[in-house]
Parts: sequence; structure tokens; C-alpha cells
Amino acid sequence: MSSGGVIEHFSYIVTVFLMVAGLFIVIARGNLIKKLIGLSIFQTSVYLLYIAPGKLLGGTAPILAPQYSIYSNPLPHVLILTAIVVGVATLALGLALAVRIREAYGTIEEDEIVARDNAIEDAEGAGS
Amino acid sequence: MSIAAHLPALQVVLPLLSAPLVVLLRHGGLAFAVVTTAAWAAFACAIGLWLQVGQLDPGGAISYHIGSWPPPWGIEYRVDRLTSFVLLLVSGMAALVLPYSRASVEREIPRELHYLYYAMFALCLTGLLGITITGDAFNIFVFLEISSLSTYVLIALGRDRRALTAAYQYLIMGSIGATFIVIGIGFLYLLTGTLNLVDMAERLRDVENYRPVLAALAFLTVGISLKLALFPLHQWLPNAYTYAPSAVTAFLAATATKVSVYVLIRFYFTVFGESLVFDKLPLPQIMLGLSLLAMFVASFIAIFQHNLKRLFAYSSVGQIGYITLGLSFDSVNGLTASIVHLFNHGIAKGAIFLLIGGMVLGLAKHGAVPPAPTFDRLDGLAKRMPLTCFGIVIAGLSLIGVPGTVGFISKWYLIMAALEKGQFWLVGAILLSSLLAVAYVWRFVEVAYFRAPLAGFEKREAPLSMLIPALLLVAATIWFGLDTSITVGSALDAAQQLVKNGR
Repeated sequence: MSSGGVIEHFSYIVTVFLMVAGLFIVIARGNLIKKLIGLSIFQTSVYLLYIAPGKLLGGTAPILAPQYSIYSNPLPHVLILTAIVVGVATLALGLALAVRIREAYGTIEEDEIVARDNAIEDAEGAGS
Repeated sequence: MSIAAHLPALQVVLPLLSAPLVVLLRHGGLAFAVVTTAAWAAFACAIGLWLQVGQLDPGGAISYHIGSWPPPWGIEYRVDRLTSFVLLLVSGMAALVLPYSRASVEREIPRELHYLYYAMFALCLTGLLGITITGDAFNIFVFLEISSLSTYVLIALGRDRRALTAAYQYLIMGSIGATFIVIGIGFLYLLTGTLNLVDMAERLRDVENYRPVLAALAFLTVGISLKLALFPLHQWLPNAYTYAPSAVTAFLAATATKVSVYVLIRFYFTVFGESLVFDKLPLPQIMLGLSLLAMFVASFIAIFQHNLKRLFAYSSVGQIGYITLGLSFDSVNGLTASIVHLFNHGIAKGAIFLLIGGMVLGLAKHGAVPPAPTFDRLDGLAKRMPLTCFGIVIAGLSLIGVPGTVGFISKWYLIMAALEKGQFWLVGAILLSSLLAVAYVWRFVEVAYFRAPLAGFEKREAPLSMLIPALLLVAATIWFGLDTSITVGSALDAAQQLVKNGR
């Protein structure tokens, strides 16, 4: 890709980087809070995916006035406002669950939680 | 305008309004009354819509403009045969599960959380109905998240601490799935400039050959497959179903994955159209392979489970394989099989999980928290709970596909679709995978019927308020296995409509 291509596709490159980085954190990290951070980065990349193409260089907000003729598309903003609310709700619920898990297990590391659950299941299996 | 013209809006608004009302009331009994009324009202709306759609010409649809903004600018609610069929299933299951909840929740969830349980249930119902009825792509995502977020909370209400990790895991995977769906919808929006599904379908014809269309298709397929628990994306499902409160498991098993299948059908056949989905990509082959894996591997894993709920959860993953198998044929018969099985498996699995909910109450000493239904606790259960066990066996026969039950009807159409394509080996595969279902249902029969009862328990069925909804569903599995005019009739109409639109 030429350097002009990089500048032209800058917002897409940022979007894709955030998308992949976020998804990688979700998969690769065992800490429940870090996973949620990854998930949020992943979701944020989608906001950019929607918003960036809606912006026209030199375009203004879509207000009907004689001196303006180029407008940016307002619809993606409206959609992403909704998506941000959804993202915040997801993050809040995820954090609340992490708190409850900490209270129940005493840890927020995934491998330790799995180990504690397996210990219980082995005990249940031995009882039968 | 009369109230009949506003049924599509009422369908979603009634359960939606009941949720905040219940939170304000802060009282378990009142919450139960309000949400149950709303669910029955939603069921009445669904029946009304089903009758209205029945009067239209084949291929017709009711279009409702939210706020009177005409589509494609405003959000459109669109009800065709398939929509009204799925609405019936979802609202009907809610109307049955809610009366059941009262006694079940009493023992499984702390009293001060009861009203929140009903609020979350109402939101979950709203989301599922909204996904089904809306004709707007972004609206699907919003309703999907409403139903998903409330589902995570419902699962976390389970008494076992593993319910929390199950809910967390589902939250992570569900959010990834939902985000994939938004990315797919975003690509489609950038390509077509519209969010209305019908309008989008028309405009996609002009840009069919662009690569982003295929990218959108891929993102949507993976995202929705996560939500509908297509093998191997089913990892969230077994834990979620096992540790959620009984009533929640029954409602989710009967509706949540089924609505996701509906979304997949909607995008494949209404938006992308068959030529794009099935000719340009090896999607039928991938779908066929994954469906077969689900049918065999998941059913095989089910046989070795120690917990009855987990056993039937894995069975659900296997049964979803049959639904997606029908999709992969890309024919009227295949699609009919999918739609019929979506309904049939919904009522059979709903019945089983409702009965298990009654069973765990009987396993507990008086007033204690119900234990997990592990096999060592079920010895000779048929002597203590004859009706419950008999119901599970009947619904289990339907999972196997014995003639006279609903499962047979779905498999009949699947086999017809396979023969139509000349793939005779698939008939063998369908029959073989049914044998795996025989194995896991037999495990329950053997323990419950042929072992000596555990000492120290008297004969005690579940409370009638729990037994009646469950047995109604069991009766439905027989009824719709004998009289198929409603189920197959609707599914065939819907399939013909979809396949014709796609060409």
C-alpha cells in the first residue's frame, strides 16, 4: 500500500487494529476485569466503523441553512449513541458479575475459578 | 384506528411497560400478577396477528409504521407468516412459564429479588418479541441486547455460585456475537445506505458483487451462530442452562436460541437472498458439516453427563444441529423442517426443563434450597413422582423422533429434503444420531424406573401450578405430532414465501 493509501484508509486501519486488539485481549487474558476491558475496546472499534464514513470533509451538521450545502450523515451518530448505551450497560453488568464472582470465589482469575469448580465437581462425582 | 391495527406495537410495548412498573411496585406478588398479565396480553396479540396474517394473500405481510414514519425512513414492524409463527411460540412459552415461575422462584431465588426476576423476565420477553417483529436491522441489534442483558441477569440469579461464572461467560461470548452482528449490519448499511430489511434486500441486488457484502455475510453468520449455539460456538450454553433457575432454563431453551435461528433465516432468505448465500460461498457445505458435528458430538457428550439438566443442555446443542441442517439444504422442504423443528424442539425441551424444575423441588427436604438433579439422586424417582417422570419420557421420545410425537414430524421433513437432494447417506446419519438420543433418554429411564427408590423420601409430585404448564406442553408434543395442520401448515407457507422471495 502506498503512503497515500495509508492516510486515505487511516480510520479503517485504526478501526481494524482496535477490533483485533480488543478481541485478542478477551481471548488471551484470564483476568475477568481485563477481559471486560478488551470487550469494551472491541465494541468501541465498531463505533468508529460506523461514525468515520458518515463524516464528509467540510461537511457541517445537517441544519438547513442557505450558506451550507454539504452535510455529514447524522444517522450513524444516532445509531452509535444507542450502541454506546448498550456498551455501557454491558460493561456495568459485566463488572457487577465480576464483583459477585469475587465475593463467591475470592478471586477474579479464570484459571483459579475453574480449578475451584473442578474440585467441587470431583467431590460430587466421588460421592456418587 | 381500532386496536386491531395496533397489535404489532402492542405486542412489544405491553411487556416492555410492565418491566419498569414492576420495579416501581417492588413487591413479588404484584410483580407476578403484572408480568403474567402482560405476557398473556402479548400471547393474545400474537394470536390476533396470526389470524390477521392468515387472512392475507400468501406472501403478504402486515407493515406497521412506528410513529407513522413511512419506511424506509422510519422503523417498520413487519409481520409475515414466519414472524407470526415465532411470535406465537415465544409469547406462548412466556404465558406458560410465568404461572409456573411463582412456585419455582419461591424456592430458588431469595424473596427480596423476586420482583427483579419478573422485571428481567418481562425485558427478556420484550427483547425476543422485538427481534422477531422488527423490520429494521439496527433495531434487531437493540432488541437483541435487551434480551441478552436481561438473560445474563436471569442466569446469574441461580443459587449455585457457578451460575455467576456461567452468566459471565455468556456475557462475554454473547457480546462478541452481538458485536459481530453490528459489524455485519454496519457493512450492509455502508453499502446500501438503508437499515430497513426489505429496502436493503432490494438495494443489495445492485452491489451483489462487492467484497464487503461477503464480509457482512460472514460477520452476521458467525455472530448469529454464536447466539444460536451452533457447534462449536456453543460453549456458553451447557453451563448457562445447567445453573440458571429452572423456569429460566425452560424459557431460554424454548425461545432464545430459536429466535436467533429466526434472525439467521431472516438475513439469509429475506436480505441476502439464496443466490448470494448459497452459490457464492461454500456455506451450505460448512453448515452441513457443522450440523452433522452438532448432531453427533453434542449428543454423544450428552450421554456421559452426570447432571440431568446438563445432559439435556447438550441435547439442545445437538437438536439445533437438525435445525441448521434443514437450512443447509436450501429447499422448501428443508426450510419447512427447520421452522417446524424450531417450534417442535421448543415445546419438547421446554416441557423437559419445566418438569426437571418440579423434580428438583421434590429432591429437596422441606423448605431447603433445591439440589442439582444429578443421577445419583434420581434412583427410583418414577415411584415418587410418576407424572413428572412419565412426562419427561414422553418429551424424550419426541427428542428421539418416535412417530406420534412432534420430533417425528421434523425428522420426516428433514429426511424428505435429504432424499430430494439425492443424499441418501444423510438419511442414515439422521437415523444414527437419533440412536444417540435413545441412549441419553434411556439413561434417565433406567435410573428413574429400574432402580430401587432412595430411602427416606415419600411420594410427592411437584406443586400443581408447576405440573399443569409442564404437562400442557407434554400434551402439545403429542397433539402437534398427530395434528400438523397448524405447525406444518404455517411452516410450509412461510418456507414457500421465503424461498420465492429469495429467487
